[in-house]
Amino acid sequence: MTTAATAEEIVDYDEALERYDPVMGLEVHVELNTATKMFCGCATGFGADPNTQVCPVCLGLPGALPVVNEKAVESAIRIGLALNCEIAEWCRFARKNYFYPDMPKNFQTSQYDEPIAFEGHLDVELSDGTTYRVAIERAHMEEDTGKSLHVGGATGRIHGADHSLVDYNRAGIPLIEIVTKPLTGAGERAPQVAKAYVGALRELLRALGVSDVKMEQGSLRCDANLSLRPKAAGDENQDDVPLGTRTETKNVNSLRSVERAIRYEITRHAAVLDKGEKIRQETRHWHEDTGVTTSGREKSDADDYRYFPEPDLVPVAPTRETVEHLRGTLPEAPGLRRKRLQSDWGYSDLEMRDVMNAGAVDLIEETVAAGATPAGARKWWTGELARRANVEVKSVEDFGVTPAHIAELDGLVRDGRLNDSMARQVLEGVIAGEGTPLEVADARGLELVQDDGALEAAVDKVIDANPDVAQKVRDGKVQAAGALIGQVMKEMKGQADAGKAREIILAKLT
Amino acid sequence: MSALSRDDVAHLAGLARIDLSDVELDRMVGELGVILESVAKVQEVAAEDIEPMSHPLPLTNVTRPDVVRPSLGAEAALSGAPQQEQQRFSVPRILDED
Ligand SMILES: [Zn+2]
Repeated sequence: MTTAATAEEIVDYDEALERYDPVMGLEVHVELNTATKMFCGCATGFGADPNTQVCPVCLGLPGALPVVNEKAVESAIRIGLALNCEIAEWCRFARKNYFYPDMPKNFQTSQYDEPIAFEGHLDVELSDGTTYRVAIERAHMEEDTGKSLHVGGATGRIHGADHSLVDYNRAGIPLIEIVTKPLTGAGERAPQVAKAYVGALRELLRALGVSDVKMEQGSLRCDANLSLRPKAAGDENQDDVPLGTRTETKNVNSLRSVERAIRYEITRHAAVLDKGEKIRQETRHWHEDTGVTTSGREKSDADDYRYFPEPDLVPVAPTRETVEHLRGTLPEAPGLRRKRLQSDWGYSDLEMRDVMNAGAVDLIEETVAAGATPAGARKWWTGELARRANVEVKSVEDFGVTPAHIAELDGLVRDGRLNDSMARQVLEGVIAGEGTPLEVADARGLELVQDDGALEAAVDKVIDANPDVAQKVRDGKVQAAGALIGQVMKEMKGQADAGKAREIILAKLT
Repeated sequence: MSALSRDDVAHLAGLARIDLSDVELDRMVGELGVILESVAKVQEVAAEDIEPMSHPLPLTNVTRPDVVRPSLGAEAALSGAPQQEQQRFSVPRILDED
């Protein structure tokens, strides 16, 4: 198999959308945060020494018998319920047979035609304020694979490696695979729908408390399927057009990448179809650095997994009482929670959307709980921190700034100890690891001059130096005072309360 | 059930990564065919009123609590490995597909 070294042709995104209708299918694998594996009592902690969390069951040694983890089944049912799915009254595990050393048993224990949860949906909100309903086909239980290290190759990839080293600590960790139905009708919003769906799913799984949902550590992974079909004469006829050939882009491991990968594949498919050529049904690899996908494995005979019911495990048949009990443990749906918080905080729709886009809902909730005003909390998380996160391609929580820090900073501003530009400097210091806002302000000597005498002296000096402007204010042009305030702040080297300066100026001139 | 063909056996051997010679293929078609025929006899007694089953015991919901049990330890885990390196199982070069 070769990796395409040359960039493939693409067409302009908007042009592609003029001629084609994109259809997506998203498969998300989520690692559950159970203490033990799916079928054995081995621990599941991330980052343990290689092969220290393994036993005869997860190593596939002869005679070992798997037993299902009760908590994993409960988590699977709760996920299914939160996705508005039906829960199977009776379902089995199945063996998915394939030969690859990341699975020591030579099969993965999964579910085939009897998933624990099926036929659901998740409504996702898009940044333009509209809602898209993602239809869920199924959510089923399975187990994760081991991790391979390829030795001898130039880049640590399989290509060119002469042997591989396998660590089975991850083999057998419970996974839930959530599969959507083909998602149609998204049109040019398709990449955004994909991103919003994975984001909403992550939010939901986090609220359920069933997974760490860390995409960068692989506890949430997304495979994105895409196909294009010709655009029909009218929207109402679009669903009569048969689906095109799809490609599956594997392991797209950040929200932004999900969006970019779908967008890229739309432009690549369109270029192939424009030339009258056919799309190869294959897996594609996403390259974060270059923002392109490259050709992977073509679907072949090797995909004949010869599924059959797992004889070593008995069926799972959750009683309706169990299902209803678990339904009672579901948290407030993230969408409803957001509406409640928005009303509690008094944010406009636009402000709330900024908060969501910055991924700051939880942070603001904690910041307000720590004593900040909702307005102050929003200002910092979606202002300065979101701006930085955007520039540095990070998330707002990556700067080491905690809700407690922001609450303290907000308090210092409200108490009149810091003005806005000083508070910004304090935040810089917190990000630089200099301590809490109070510590940074102390260490850097940042404090508004509370000495009204010094401020009055500065105001007098500025009025004397700017008689024309002062006269305008005396004549009733209050907005001219702004120029004087700026001069006063300069005079005070920024360490003054601008509001107070304004008060004094107006008192003297009007 | 239709009889097992030579192509079926070749396909299965490919999936199982078993390299069979022509002679072996011919022999396996015969031997596997006999096994399939024998097992197929079960279907003769399977009446409408008998539910298909995948498990001999009438049990459901056999689970264990989510409580950690001791693992083998790396040394024991690797003790049966023909090759090991960096506390990992060393395996021959994987087919060039990732
Ligand atoms: Zn184990």
